[in-house]
Amino acid sequence: MRVTVRVYWLLLAAGFRRQATYRLAALSGLVTNVTFGLLKVAVLLGAVRAAGGEVGGYDVAQMSTYIWLSQAMLGSVNFWGASEFAERIKDGQVAVDFLRPLDVQAATVTVEVGQGLFAFLPRGVPQLAIGGLVVGMTWPRSVVLVVLGVVSLLMAVVISAATVYLVATAGFWLVETRGVQLVYMVASGFLAGLFVPISLFPRWLELVAQATPCPSMLMYPVTILADRVDVAGACVLLAVQGFWLVVVGGAGQVLTRAGRRRLEIQGG
Amino acid sequence: MVEPPAVEPLAAVSAVASAAVAASGPVVAEPVAGWRDRLRPYRAVLASRARSQLSYRTNFVLDLVSSLLSAVVELAEVWVVFHAATRLGGLEFRQMLLVFGLADLAFSLADLVFGHCDRLPTYLRAGMLDVFYLRPQPLLAQLITSEVSLRRLARASVGLVALVVGLVLCDIDWRPAAVVLLVSSLLSGVAVFAALFVAAGGLQFFLVDGREMTNAFVYGGRYAATQPASVWGRPLRLVFGFFVPMAFTGYLPALVLLGLPGPVWLPGWLGWCAPVAAVWAWSVALGCWRLGVRHYQGGGG
Repeated sequence: MRVTVRVYWLLLAAGFRRQATYRLAALSGLVTNVTFGLLKVAVLLGAVRAAGGEVGGYDVAQMSTYIWLSQAMLGSVNFWGASEFAERIKDGQVAVDFLRPLDVQAATVTVEVGQGLFAFLPRGVPQLAIGGLVVGMTWPRSVVLVVLGVVSLLMAVVISAATVYLVATAGFWLVETRGVQLVYMVASGFLAGLFVPISLFPRWLELVAQATPCPSMLMYPVTILADRVDVAGACVLLAVQGFWLVVVGGAGQVLTRAGRRRLEIQGG
Repeated sequence: MVEPPAVEPLAAVSAVASAAVAASGPVVAEPVAGWRDRLRPYRAVLASRARSQLSYRTNFVLDLVSSLLSAVVELAEVWVVFHAATRLGGLEFRQMLLVFGLADLAFSLADLVFGHCDRLPTYLRAGMLDVFYLRPQPLLAQLITSEVSLRRLARASVGLVALVVGLVLCDIDWRPAAVVLLVSSLLSGVAVFAALFVAAGGLQFFLVDGREMTNAFVYGGRYAATQPASVWGRPLRLVFGFFVPMAFTGYLPALVLLGLPGPVWLPGWLGWCAPVAAVWAWSVALGCWRLGVRHYQGGGG
């Protein structure tokens, strides 16, 4: 048991360190995220003021927290749908992964989570600082809510990694998974509430979003940390995240096993 | 905001290389060729790229669908905000359709032809740019004509529909001047976005690993162009109103068509100046490109 924990800890650290190598890439990502953040501030705070100080339950300070927190999370959650694992299935390297005495899904997700956690340092923290200093943000009224929010944020990173893994497993059956990835890319960010909080959606669209794991990757931790729910409400959101983690993780396990039997490595 | 990856760039490299070599033969042999002959190699490359995309039917259909979806989602983002706030920056949703339609159609058309220019690092790593240096054609012209993304047609159709619906729903005084404004703004808008892609390409010579940096003004610019510029604060008006002239691609021409006054720093009459914005954008873009090419020392291949 201790050995297993140590292996996964090392994988997590490796993912973390790997991201640390690409500093210019991190800076570029930050510049782009901040630009989009400032444009979101203009439109969404404009919408709050136009609607008379509150829209979809968000006032100016809460909207600002939503904007900068969701921008800050962009480096840590994957709304692109592309992943290294998808490449490894395509070029056959996944055969080597299956030979290792590790669960392929758990190992892949762990490395991805490590990368995501690192990304929060160069891309997340500066944006929270900019948002806090330039626009002003609100935070939960109690320490308990902050703790629940941080737990929810970690869950979001894991759910995102597990979902992208699930998207990649399509590669066991399809030669070209770009189409699946593109559809994921287009739909996931929108349904996760990346551009507009899902509480601003018309009711039917909000229900559609809630029927997917997407809001668990972004909207729910932001909802808790923007002080939009009390402790009971936060626990409900965490339970929903837990549910989606089990669904996505379970599906990943099943598809990995089925895919392993299906896998055909081309060439010699 | 997000951008689908290129259609197997490395496959494109070899297809383009062989097509261009085959097609450029006569041009080399006969230096005093007419302009039709000079365009022939570009036509051959573009045709080969189009054929290669059309030959994988299922993939192409999926590409069209995802391209269409991405534009629909972008429109939906705008709609959701207006659904919640009714009026934003002095515009109603039907007027906003005009802004979105003009800007997004211009972006899609530029993306169709120039969209691959900001993926220069992929070409640099593959050594494709060095291949371009071997041919008797201008580098930038070769890069631009090395790829065409037909799937963007699906994207453009969403912009076109939004524009037409906007034009029908808004009360527009259809004098000849309005038609001239519409056409010139659209053409200038395409030129402005094309310039962004070329500028991004030039800067990629320096950035390579940091290629995401140019997304700030290319895709950030697209996002800005589909907003009512009146919601921006002064720093944003300076950056996306003038330096990266996004307000000229949709918002300002729409103000003229609607007969509305503009906010501070962005008066309505500026809507007539979209061609000036295009000239400015292209001078900056060509400057960036020139700097980048001078900086480039070869792929080491």
